[in-house]
Amino acid sequence: MNNKTLNFSILALALAAPLVLYPVFLMKVLCFALFACAFNLLLGFVGLLSFGHAIFLGSGAYITGHLMLNYSITPEVGILAGVGASALIGLIYGKLAVKREGIYFAMVTLALAQLMFFFYLQAPFTGGEDGLQGVPRGFLFGLIDLSDNLTMYYFVLAIFIAGFLLIYRTIHSPFGQVLKAIRENEARAISLGYKVNNYKLQAFVISAALAGLAGSTKALVFQLASLNDVHWFMSGEVVLMTLLGGMGTIWGPVLGAGTIVGLQNFLASGPLANYIHVVMGVVFVVCVLAFRQGLVGELQKLVRKNF
Amino acid sequence: MKKIQKTLLTTALATAMTMSATAQASLSDDKVKIGVLADMGGVYADVCGPGCVEAVKMAVEDFGGKVLGKPIEVVSADDQNKPDIGSVKVREWVEKDQVDVVTGLVSSAVTGAVTKVLTANEKIALISTSASHAFTTKACSPFNAHWTYDVVSLANGTVKPMVQSGKKKWFFITADYAFGHALEKVATGVIKENGGEVVGGVRAPLGTSDFSSYVLQAQSSGADVVALANAGADMVNSLKTAAEFGLTEMADVAGLLVFTPSALALDPDVSAGMKLTTGFYWNMDDQTREWTKRFQKRNGGKIPAMGQAGAYSATMHYLKAVKEAGTDESKAVMAQMKSMPVEDFFSRNGYLRKDGRMVHDMLQVKIKPASERQTVQDLYTIEKVIAGDDAFLPLEKGGCGFALSQK
Repeated sequence: MNNKTLNFSILALALAAPLVLYPVFLMKVLCFALFACAFNLLLGFVGLLSFGHAIFLGSGAYITGHLMLNYSITPEVGILAGVGASALIGLIYGKLAVKREGIYFAMVTLALAQLMFFFYLQAPFTGGEDGLQGVPRGFLFGLIDLSDNLTMYYFVLAIFIAGFLLIYRTIHSPFGQVLKAIRENEARAISLGYKVNNYKLQAFVISAALAGLAGSTKALVFQLASLNDVHWFMSGEVVLMTLLGGMGTIWGPVLGAGTIVGLQNFLASGPLANYIHVVMGVVFVVCVLAFRQGLVGELQKLVRKNF
Repeated sequence: MKKIQKTLLTTALATAMTMSATAQASLSDDKVKIGVLADMGGVYADVCGPGCVEAVKMAVEDFGGKVLGKPIEVVSADDQNKPDIGSVKVREWVEKDQVDVVTGLVSSAVTGAVTKVLTANEKIALISTSASHAFTTKACSPFNAHWTYDVVSLANGTVKPMVQSGKKKWFFITADYAFGHALEKVATGVIKENGGEVVGGVRAPLGTSDFSSYVLQAQSSGADVVALANAGADMVNSLKTAAEFGLTEMADVAGLLVFTPSALALDPDVSAGMKLTTGFYWNMDDQTREWTKRFQKRNGGKIPAMGQAGAYSATMHYLKAVKEAGTDESKAVMAQMKSMPVEDFFSRNGYLRKDGRMVHDMLQVKIKPASERQTVQDLYTIEKVIAGDDAFLPLEKGGCGFALSQK
């Protein structure tokens, strides 16, 4: 009951938020929150550190952007195509990457992502350094005009909730339990008869597809897909968001994404504008030293201890 | 408990709906707000950056700080040369902060993204430092005004006279992104039109530090002229390498886009005699010197790059147009801007063409050797003043739809 009320209050807050805050900023938070949640599924629940997750975000953005720009399709079709492309790349990359563990897994994902980065840099359809500009938001189902920020916000919120629920469901399913078993003790999971690599691959593809969903949505929100989305900085940023918020928790990545995006926005126009990266670095160091389990992780510990 | 959930939801939804209806109507216009977007700390910070912000503030102060009795406000932001960061910032400016006009605008990639946002919101872009000519040709908009220079004027100013003087074989060292490609393409067109040929070219990534392999390729090509289609630190590094390898003795090296800070950074022994084209030179006459003196006081003694002078000129022209038009409504202001001549310390014989190109006299200059410089900053000898209509691409050739159909 208590949990339910909390969830409903958060939903009500999310519905009312654009009245107080700038909707485009909120949409940015939601897109990154979904991206971080997708990443967290892999890091927090399977224990796989992918260092090239930006490639799925960017692929979704590029495919959706390209289709929306050049063919008269509706946004939901564009997003589905973006998600499909990311899932496909996730499948190929996952097949190669899950054969390795630990640092080698991270290195393989990073190398494959760099490969793709240079492809996007050179491929004519991405516009190189210019990126895809002026992507139309279009009409949802051919009916609802998304060019209004508030309408777009509720659309993005719906997408986020759908993605979030999917992750929630995955984690709490028998499939999710196996993933956690793999995280805790892979050898034991194997000895119990689970085909560990298949489970890892499935989780990888789900994570890639959801990251692609975040990217496709982001491309529509900002009407832009650029190299930034596929750059390894972005892969690093999502690690930061997840760790800051609390890896392996449900709400952690959401809070982490909100904090990072909010900080970036807040600092960009203040006196610390030139030191954003320094401030972020300090935040990260403090987080690693003081809150090992991230904001949500520490909060949960506090609640468990005192109530 | 259920009831609480329900009321929470319904109130949130209800307020959301009423707010969305009223949000549209509030358009506060009790001031004119100018946004300056530029790379503030990266590779292009010296050519616009904080200097552009100072130039714009200076224009506002010189104008009197008020227009039509309302205050003028200046805000600025760093785009880090990234189109997504720039366009998000500008979107926030026009949708939330009631910014009326955006200037600065350096990297062509950022400008491309930003002008789309501005046009969609019917706000004016005063482009001061971008090079690509797309903003007044295939990507033109009734809300774009492209000030200082563009790739066509650079190619016409620097490349054409060299080809005509008998330097027929060209080799390119090009920055591998939109701006470099555009510059190379336009310059190649000019070379071919005038009976020259391109014997080869290499593309170097932005921010390359070791140009030796590119310079060696240029050396073995047998070209008369090696053209540097890059800018900023890339230009400086490639030219230094060319000098070290003795390329400057075998062939002419032409810097296609040289900003004053880059020219200052180069050793005069390396750069002396190099010809280039610029939209502005501080030491041209009394008017430019007077303005530069005032600008230097605010800019830590640094002399202005052409884009910074351009940002001042564009801001001033915009404010004058607001005053004349009696409104800050973009369409009326733009019409006013296009109807008035642009004549100030920066722009000579200038006018804003229908397609948004600010046509003005360009300068063809030569870098002075150390022996001829009276001060460190005494950089150029002016060889020729190119009339605006010869320097820039004619309206008819640009293919800017709305401007052509207006005839």
